[in-house]
Amino acid sequence: MSAYAGDVAALARKDLLLELRSRDTVPAMLLFVVSALTIFHFALPSGSSARAETGLLWIAIVFTALLGLTRAFAAEREQSLLDGLVLAPCDRSAIWLGKTIGVTLFLVLAELVALPAFALFFHPLSWELVAAVALADVGIAAIGTLLAAIAAASRARELLLPLLFLPLAIPVVIGGVGASIAANPGSFLAFLGLYDGVFAILSWASFEYVVTE
Amino acid sequence: MLAFYWAPEDADQGFSQKIFYIHVPIALTAYAGFGWGAWKALRLLWTGERRYDLESYTAVHIGVIFGLLTLVTGSIWAKISWGHWWTWGERQLVLFLILFLFYSSYFMLRYSTEPGPRRQRNSAVYALFGVVLIPVSFLAVRIAGTILHPTIFTHEGADLPWQMLVCFLVSLGGMLALAGTLYQVELAGKRADGSLRELRELLA
Amino acid sequence: MICARKLSKRFGDKRVLERLDLEVPRGGFVLVTGPNGSGKTTLLRLCAGLFAPTGGELEVDVPRGAIGFLAHEPLVYRELTALENLDLYGRLYRLPERRERAGAMLERFGLWRVRNERAGTFSRGMLQRLALCRTFLHDPDLLLLDEPFDGLDVEGADLLQMELAERTGVTALVATHDPEALAGRVSARLALA
Repeated sequence: MSAYAGDVAALARKDLLLELRSRDTVPAMLLFVVSALTIFHFALPSGSSARAETGLLWIAIVFTALLGLTRAFAAEREQSLLDGLVLAPCDRSAIWLGKTIGVTLFLVLAELVALPAFALFFHPLSWELVAAVALADVGIAAIGTLLAAIAAASRARELLLPLLFLPLAIPVVIGGVGASIAANPGSFLAFLGLYDGVFAILSWASFEYVVTE
Repeated sequence: MLAFYWAPEDADQGFSQKIFYIHVPIALTAYAGFGWGAWKALRLLWTGERRYDLESYTAVHIGVIFGLLTLVTGSIWAKISWGHWWTWGERQLVLFLILFLFYSSYFMLRYSTEPGPRRQRNSAVYALFGVVLIPVSFLAVRIAGTILHPTIFTHEGADLPWQMLVCFLVSLGGMLALAGTLYQVELAGKRADGSLRELRELLA
Repeated sequence: MICARKLSKRFGDKRVLERLDLEVPRGGFVLVTGPNGSGKTTLLRLCAGLFAPTGGELEVDVPRGAIGFLAHEPLVYRELTALENLDLYGRLYRLPERRERAGAMLERFGLWRVRNERAGTFSRGMLQRLALCRTFLHDPDLLLLDEPFDGLDVEGADLLQMELAERTGVTALVATHDPEALAGRVSARLALA
């Protein structure tokens, strides 16, 4: 059990170290999300409701996440490094878990900028929104990591990842927006928790089949 | 078979109700297709036997055809009932839109990956995601209805007089039989294609 | 250790391996030769478990952690240092004292002085040496080497020969364009067309 945890820690640390050194992904995500929020300001006619603005925040988050996810296996892909990881005697699901932790962290970093920017540009945040974002991050990272591995096997991986991801992201947006604006956010937050649990387990269990033949 | 399909037309409850006998069985058959596809996908991952890939793919394909029909009949029903071709308040329709998008991506996945063990496994995993998405989306659309897009129409009460129930079940049976036949036909066709290709390779 | 019966591998319409029979006993050192595209790499990847056969049987009687696989690509992270790379693999292969082993390995292949440099700064030959470090790090029972001398200078080639000489009794399947370099160790040859 602790061997598994050690594998996951080593893999997650590897991803964080790589990002720290190359600084590819997180700066791009930060810039993207702030640009998106700026565009949204111009896209919304004046007098738009706070609810519409909140909805757009969630769109920004989903597409920023997509940007980050396309980079998720970039290092491994460019040098066929996934082979090296798959050959190791560790459980392949540890690769998924380590990578998911990394992606979640990158998302959180992007949101540490995006959420204050949103509060600045539009209107103040509620704690429910922040909680919903946190829950959504986990779910997005979980399925995104798995789907990135699926897309990596195809000829048109940059196109395929968004296509595979967006339908699955719809419930997340429903849950997130609902939690942000509803009178009773509890049920929406609970729903996000359920989504996370169900899809994380499914992704964890099926990663093995997606990276091996 | 088609006789079963047309029998509900006799139920003289008004045209919008007649659509109900077609629309809902079609929807349920689509679910059955996706569920069957997911089951075959699971078998593929468990046993690794190649034939399950074809069976899973065919089942999903049938599911998508019926899903499309669900959207079409649902749209017709919406037009007749409320005068719009589309409404976000109709939960079933929204759910099927999500599923339709999802399974269309399934086909993009198959199309853009080279045939082989990787494509089989990736498709199988995605099919499993799909079947899990069904209840999750159902729940999502339901809670969305409470806040975001108020549900305009609620289905009439659960007690159907027994004549309607019988007609409904007959229609459902007919739909499932139709789907099952299409499934077998398509599967046989694909298998024949595959055998032909293998034969050609052996001779080459 | 390796037993293949009528092994076939096909990619779509392209048939790379066709009904191959192969047996590599414990301690055997088998050389695989053949022109480009003859399937040497595919055979090694099948034995490593990275590909699944499309026909026939393949039995590799070795657990994953005891296989040392050298691919065309060095399989090292460019942004990590040599030591960090080996430390990661050491961790994944559950090696006790992995820091010491990593250091020792780097010394044996003459990379000790660049141990804290990022692998992205390495030359082709140095990358190959690092890849060899990675391959031998966990003292594998089965070696699957794809063009091990590729990119190595004379010194590197000597270091590799020394490493192989020390590992007597190891089982190996080696694909190479240069069979003469290993002629002394070879127990059998396989020529692919």
